Amino acid sequence: MTLKSPTRRHLLRMTAGAALATPFLSIRAAAQTVNLSMLAWYGHAEPDIVGAFEEENNVKFTPKYYTGGDNMLGLIAQSPAGTYDVILSDAEYVQQLNAAGYIEPLDAADYAFDDFYPEFQKFPGHWQGDTLYSVITRFGFLGVAHNTDVLSEKDAASYAVFSDSRVTGKLGHFDWHLPNLGQMSLAAGNGSAYDIDEAGWDKVQEATMALRGQVGGFFDYGGTFSSLNDGQMLAFAGIGDWITGVLEKNGAKVRTTIPEEGGLQWTESFSIGKGTQNYDMARKWIQWITSAEGQAKSADMAAYPALIPNKKGWEVLNATNPAEAKRQNMVLGQYNAMDMIREGRIRYRQLPVQQSLEDWNDFWSDYKGA
Amino acid sequence: MTRPSLYSLTLALPLLIWQLAFFAVPLIFLIAISFWTVRNFQMMPDLNFGNWERILTRSVFWDAYLRTAILATTSAVLTSFIAFPAAYAISFKLSERVKQWLIFVLIIPFFTSYLVRIYALQVFLSDEGIINAALGMLGIGPFGMLNTTFGTLVGMVTLCLPLVILLQVFSLNFVNRDLVEAAHNLRCGRLRTVLAVIVPSARVGLVIAALFAFILSFGDFVSPLYLGGGNPPTLSILITDITKSGQQWPRAAVVALMMIGTLLSVAFAAITYAYKERGK
Repeated sequence: MTLKSPTRRHLLRMTAGAALATPFLSIRAAAQTVNLSMLAWYGHAEPDIVGAFEEENNVKFTPKYYTGGDNMLGLIAQSPAGTYDVILSDAEYVQQLNAAGYIEPLDAADYAFDDFYPEFQKFPGHWQGDTLYSVITRFGFLGVAHNTDVLSEKDAASYAVFSDSRVTGKLGHFDWHLPNLGQMSLAAGNGSAYDIDEAGWDKVQEATMALRGQVGGFFDYGGTFSSLNDGQMLAFAGIGDWITGVLEKNGAKVRTTIPEEGGLQWTESFSIGKGTQNYDMARKWIQWITSAEGQAKSADMAAYPALIPNKKGWEVLNATNPAEAKRQNMVLGQYNAMDMIREGRIRYRQLPVQQSLEDWNDFWSDYKGA
Repeated sequence: MTRPSLYSLTLALPLLIWQLAFFAVPLIFLIAISFWTVRNFQMMPDLNFGNWERILTRSVFWDAYLRTAILATTSAVLTSFIAFPAAYAISFKLSERVKQWLIFVLIIPFFTSYLVRIYALQVFLSDEGIINAALGMLGIGPFGMLNTTFGTLVGMVTLCLPLVILLQVFSLNFVNRDLVEAAHNLRCGRLRTVLAVIVPSARVGLVIAALFAFILSFGDFVSPLYLGGGNPPTLSILITDITKSGQQWPRAAVVALMMIGTLLSVAFAAITYAYKERGK
């Protein structure tokens, strides 16, 4: 039997049939997988973190990554309600998210707060009265980031190292006023980094301006990594192990040291986006990432490492990844990161209390332009 | 002059709609936003002149404005001077075939990402980069090139050079070769011919090319940030900084409008000069 070439009519009929059938195929496939959209800093929806959860729960994460809380707020403001199912936010921004009506209230009983260290069971800013809006997931310290070939940990034991002659033209700033000015506030001797009066604010501005001649540049996320990694900058203000930890694990000679004047703490938490169509799965995700297993994974996240608030997470981390527990000072039974917090060496990073955010940012622009 | 027919108006309609939708309407919206107010980190429609007052009375704005204008002018002049010998050689000295190939080569950079090229330049310009390594072998350096104004200008020239060479080539192609021959017949040397005959003849194209370089450099964000270290900031960096003041998009809109106004003024002045007839 000879094969006939298809007639044009036959070909059109078959093509139309195939085209009409395709949506049904993809709808069938899509109906089985829940798509969870996540708004977060880079790395939170990468396979090393979400892979196991995605497989177990037949979920696919669609991330939208931002750099900075203002970027995050901008993205949410431009999107219709329900665009983002889960939102990772720095602590300072949770109140802003809530004020703007972007996040759902949560039921605290759904989450493993009893397993958390007491300091994190009712973290300021995540609650409004007794209503929970965001579950603390990870945190980290900001201090003096330095090139260990040129500056030792002893050199970096004070913010005064930023004025060192070895650092002239080689001091980098992560381009965000909040952590930088908070560090300068501690360096200037303010007991509280962000709740300072006019005299304290004047001291901050003076201490900051005095550094201007040392500055090599103001860098974004990528620029910070590359300039520390290739030795272009020898000391960096406004960052911590969340940057240097990644580089250190890849062999770079950098470290973050918490100086005597004190360090700052950044804190991340997950919220559920207002208008989400996937509330149950979003809640399940937050439950998992704050569970002991999820926390241990989160501590060693490839994009940037962090400390974790769940005590049971510390136990799992010590058992499964003792090297990372040691590197991050999360070893149980010895002086560790929690002791640093309890000794008062660490202050929470927060929005300025007695000055407006605009005042701080305007000064930061003046400093950059000086 | 004949009135345009319905047919020609209909053909022009898509372009008009495009211009309205993607230029005029966003511009009007930007002007409107510059008068809005931010409350609780959210923008609210308003008629608030405070944003304009706050930006225009701050010295950091005018410092950044002057700095950006000087950088853009330097970039335009530098690019034009670097481009001219190449454009002259392509237009006057090479065969048609080679000319076509070189024009094609000049278009290739537009297919690549500018950001990626700037990241690549970091490898060349850093203290332990390729250039300093090569100079080190000759016993000189290292020179600080990255995170400096020099780095910013290198980036801006990288951005503008292919376009400026192309525009200059097209402009030089239209210079009447008879005029060049006449100049030579009147015993004009090569350099004098270039300065006295070729450049004035190609003035329109040369000015437009420099204008494009100015426009691209004035608004550039990537080179000042990644090669200049954001140190000190240009107007483009100032815009992103202002939005970090708790979503201050209205004030950022003020800066953007000042930039647009400046570019329109410079473009108008440049085109007026370019088309000005001699003696008028």
